[in-house]
Amino acid sequence: MITMKDVCKSYRVAKRNAGFGEACKSLFRREYETIHALRNVSFTISDGEMVGYIGPNGAGKSSTIKILSGILTPDSGEVLVDGRVPYQNRIRHVAQIGVVFGQRSQLWWDVPVIDSYELLKDIYSIPKKQYDNNLEELTILLNLSELIRTPARQLSLGQRMRCEIAASLLHSPKLLFLDEPTIGLDAVSKLAVRDFIKKQNELHGTTVILTTHDMQDIEALSKRIILIGNGEVLMDGTLEDIKRGGQSIDETVVELYRSYEI
Amino acid sequence: MKKYLSFFRLRFLTGLQYRTAALAGIATQFAWGFLEIMVMKAFYETDPGVYPMTFRATVSYIWLQQAFLAFFAVWMVDSELFEMISNGNIAYELCRPIRIYSMMTARNLANRTSRAVLRCLPILLVAAFLPKPFRMEPPVGIAEFLLFVVTMLLGLSVTVAFFMLVYVLAFYTISPQGLRIVFCSLVEFLSGGVIPLPFFPEPVLRVLELLPFASMQNVPLRIYSGDIAGEEMVRAVGLQVFWLVALVVVGSMLCRMAERKVALQGG
Repeated sequence: MITMKDVCKSYRVAKRNAGFGEACKSLFRREYETIHALRNVSFTISDGEMVGYIGPNGAGKSSTIKILSGILTPDSGEVLVDGRVPYQNRIRHVAQIGVVFGQRSQLWWDVPVIDSYELLKDIYSIPKKQYDNNLEELTILLNLSELIRTPARQLSLGQRMRCEIAASLLHSPKLLFLDEPTIGLDAVSKLAVRDFIKKQNELHGTTVILTTHDMQDIEALSKRIILIGNGEVLMDGTLEDIKRGGQSIDETVVELYRSYEI
Repeated sequence: MKKYLSFFRLRFLTGLQYRTAALAGIATQFAWGFLEIMVMKAFYETDPGVYPMTFRATVSYIWLQQAFLAFFAVWMVDSELFEMISNGNIAYELCRPIRIYSMMTARNLANRTSRAVLRCLPILLVAAFLPKPFRMEPPVGIAEFLLFVVTMLLGLSVTVAFFMLVYVLAFYTISPQGLRIVFCSLVEFLSGGVIPLPFFPEPVLRVLELLPFASMQNVPLRIYSGDIAGEEMVRAVGLQVFWLVALVVVGSMLCRMAERKVALQGG
C-alpha cells in the first residue's frame, strides 16, 4: 500500500534570458525562481492496483516517482510505502521495488546485457532458481534471446528499452514504478511490454504506477488514473469518468488538460 | 560484500576489453620512463653529492611508477561515474540496495587494477633486461619486496579513497571538470608523481610527508629499493593506515549526506 499525504517539493532554478549581455549580467546577479514541483500531493494506492499517472511535461510526475523510490526527499508531507518511509531507509526500501526510468539507462554500456543482469542478480541477492526462472520468462515475453549477448551500446533504443525493463524485474519486485517505459518502442514491442506488465500484475499481484504520454498505454493498462498538473493532483478517477462517448483517448486527455488549464 | 565483489568483477572485465588502449599506454609509458631516467641521469652526473636518492633507487622508482601508473595516476579515474553523477543516471544506482560509496570504491579499484594488469607485466619484464643505466634492479630483499606489495595495495587504497572525495563533491557541483583538474594536478605534484618526494626542499618535504599524498605512491616505490627503511618505514606505513581510515570515514559520511541532498539532474 502506498500513501502520500500533503507532499510538497520545490526546486530552485537559475534563470536568465538569451544573449551575451544577459549572460554577463547573470555573473553578478542571478535570478532564481522557485519551482513548486509538488504541492500538497495526496493519494492512496492499494496492493495490486495499476495506476496511470498522467500530466503534461513538468507536471511533477517524475518527482513523485523519485520520492516513492526513496531517492528524493520531500520538503514536507508524509510518504509511506508498505509501512516504510522510502527516503529514511533507502537501502531497505529499494530492495522491494523495481524502477524503470524511460530516459535513462541502467545497463553497462560496453559489455553484453547479460553481464549487467548477472550483476543485478548479486546486487539483489536473487536466488539462482528464481533468477533463472525470471530470466527465462522475461526473455520469452520480451523477445530478448537475440539481444542479451550483445553489448548495450550496439542495441537500438527500442531493443535497449526492452532489456532495461527486464533488468528492473529480475528480482520480482512487489512494486513497479515505470517512468515512461514505452519511449522509443516499435508497435510490436509496445504491445509486448504492455502485455508483459499486465501479466506481471495478474500473475504476481505487482502494484504498478505508470507515467506516460502515450495514452494507449494508459488505456491498455490502468483502470485508475491520477492527473497531475502544476504539482497538484487535479483528478483521481477511472478512465470511464473522463471519457465521453466516442472520443479517442488522446482527444479526451487534451480536453482534460484544457479544462484544468494546464 | 558479494555485491561489491560483483561490481569489481564486472568493472574489471570491462576494463580488460580495451586492448588497444593498453598497447598505446605501454608505448607511452616506455617513452616517458626513458625520458625521465635520462633527465635524472643528467642531474646525477652534475653533482652526485647533492642527489637525494641513490641512482639505482631512482631508476626502480621510475619504472615501477610507469608499470603501475594505473594504480596511482590520479587522472585514471572511472569517468563513467562522473558522467552518471552529472547527467543524473546515478538515479538508477540509488534505486538499488547498495551503498553508493562502496559501489564507487569497488568500481574504481577494479578500473585501476584492470588497467594495471594489462600494462605492468610487459613494462617490468623489459625494464629488468634493459642495459644500464636504464635497467631496473631486483628489490633489495624478500622482506622489502613483500612490504612493497603490501604498501602498494595500501597506497592504491589511499589514492582511491582520496578520489572518492572528488566524486562526492561532484554531487554538489554542476560539472566535475574543474574539481578534477584542480585535484589531479595537486595530487600528481604532491604525491611524487612528477618528481619523487626526496627532491623537494627539506622543510617542504617534512610537511609533505605527513599529508595523505605521501601515503600513495611515495611509500611503496621507495620501499622497493630500500630508500625508506627502518623507523622511517614503520612511520610511513602507520601514516598510510591512518590516512586510509580517515579518508574512508570522512568520505562515506559525506557521501551519505550528498545522496540525501542531491537534486538529480535531467528530469
